[in-house]
Amino acid sequence: MNIKKTALYGLHKKHNAKFVEFAGYSMPIQYSEGIVKEHNITRNKSGIFDVSHMGQLFIKYSNDITDKLQEILPTDLKNLKINQSKYSFLMKENGGIYDDLIITRMKDQYMIILNAACKQNDLQIIKNKLNDQNLDMNNNLSLVAIQGPESKTILENVVSNVSKLKFMNGENFSFKNNEIFITRSGYTGEDGFEISLPNNVANFFVKELISKGSTLIGLGARDTLRLEAGLCLYGHDINENTSPVEANLKWAISKNRINDNFIGSHQIKKQIEEGVSKLRVGIKPETRVIARESTKIFDEKDNEIGKVTSGTFGPSVNASIAMGYISNSHSKTDTKVFLEVRGKKVPANVCDLPFYKKSYVKGEANV
Amino acid sequence: MSDTKFSKEHEWITLDGEVGTIGITKHATEMLGDIVFAELPEKGSNVEKDGTAGVVESTKAASDVYTPVSGEVVEINQSIVDDPSKINADPEGGAWFFKLKLKDKSELDTLMNKEEYDKFAKETSA
Repeated sequence: MNIKKTALYGLHKKHNAKFVEFAGYSMPIQYSEGIVKEHNITRNKSGIFDVSHMGQLFIKYSNDITDKLQEILPTDLKNLKINQSKYSFLMKENGGIYDDLIITRMKDQYMIILNAACKQNDLQIIKNKLNDQNLDMNNNLSLVAIQGPESKTILENVVSNVSKLKFMNGENFSFKNNEIFITRSGYTGEDGFEISLPNNVANFFVKELISKGSTLIGLGARDTLRLEAGLCLYGHDINENTSPVEANLKWAISKNRINDNFIGSHQIKKQIEEGVSKLRVGIKPETRVIARESTKIFDEKDNEIGKVTSGTFGPSVNASIAMGYISNSHSKTDTKVFLEVRGKKVPANVCDLPFYKKSYVKGEANV
Repeated sequence: MSDTKFSKEHEWITLDGEVGTIGITKHATEMLGDIVFAELPEKGSNVEKDGTAGVVESTKAASDVYTPVSGEVVEINQSIVDDPSKINADPEGGAWFFKLKLKDKSELDTLMNKEEYDKFAKETSA
């Protein structure tokens, strides 16, 4: 299989990116600055992320489209306002998650942003559900995120009036006579925007952002940023065998849909009523030792009680940080646990998420 | 640094009498990326040539540190444990890892000189 490239590949190369294969795409893991500096640039100033490998699916409204989508997503789409986005899941029969996604109600269609590694499978599931075999991902569009405290000012210099957007809301804007869609959202824990725009203007657009003071950031820093913000990475922290309840993402299931029917709803309802046996928690080792994915978690009596699903060093918290699933009996904040790293048991504590406090901006209207 | 020797595992060693100072090469740090964790052998412990004698972790992955020669650990560099970013900043100077009292100096003969190592590093990273 040919490895795919995004429209921004050449620009990454010019900026000395080191590439890694991710979900069939050659993507920048870092640039010459390195992961820690790129992380700090995003937290303190502004960083640009090429996320064009993610799937952009547009579904035109028809009579029963909302009802059908509600059968596979646990989100209240009927009360979703125009231009509003919600974090949601493509549900599996067992209550597990096929993918996590962002759905936005646009004027005449839904936009769904899907994970790169899952998008083909997701598309098939959605096609079958909607009985529409012609549905397809829009491959003529790039997706760029700009994140960090200075991003609002930088983007405003390129696209007027974007700073009026509220968190998890989007709108159409114009860039060099091209229609682009911008939402105030992201996956770093910082204020920021995600821009869906035609491939043929993506390079020019990103160069403009760079000239106004933002910096290209690789997937390496994207991972440390999202983990500090306590956000899940599909295929690691959530998968087909973890439910939104176990993943501590119950907030993303709309309240008025808990008693409704959707794929996996029986299982979800049962878990909400009876409790779960395992729960996703934050874990902070007492030393700088990094507990990577699959690290075993033990209690004080040496019983295995869980596994780490993501672990790294968090530059902004200057500490080793991890997330994982732990038996519910040990999931309370400040519970002492032990992580088995290279044969040694490292003391750690269950902690609240996020590790780094989010600074989402609700938009000028709310200030 | 003309008498610095290098291993295929990207460690360097300089000798001062019976005691060798060991660290990881600049090339190794460039491949690893930002180092955020370092673990060193215990002072007083004995390590065997090509055996594990520590760990470094970058934001991306963990890598073992091997000792290029056998001996007894007589000193460790605690400052790189406290601040692992020093390893990226000065890998072949102040950010040495540990000092060994060598068991068998002839083990040094199996290692590469600077020129040989540079060539090896270039070929293996291509």
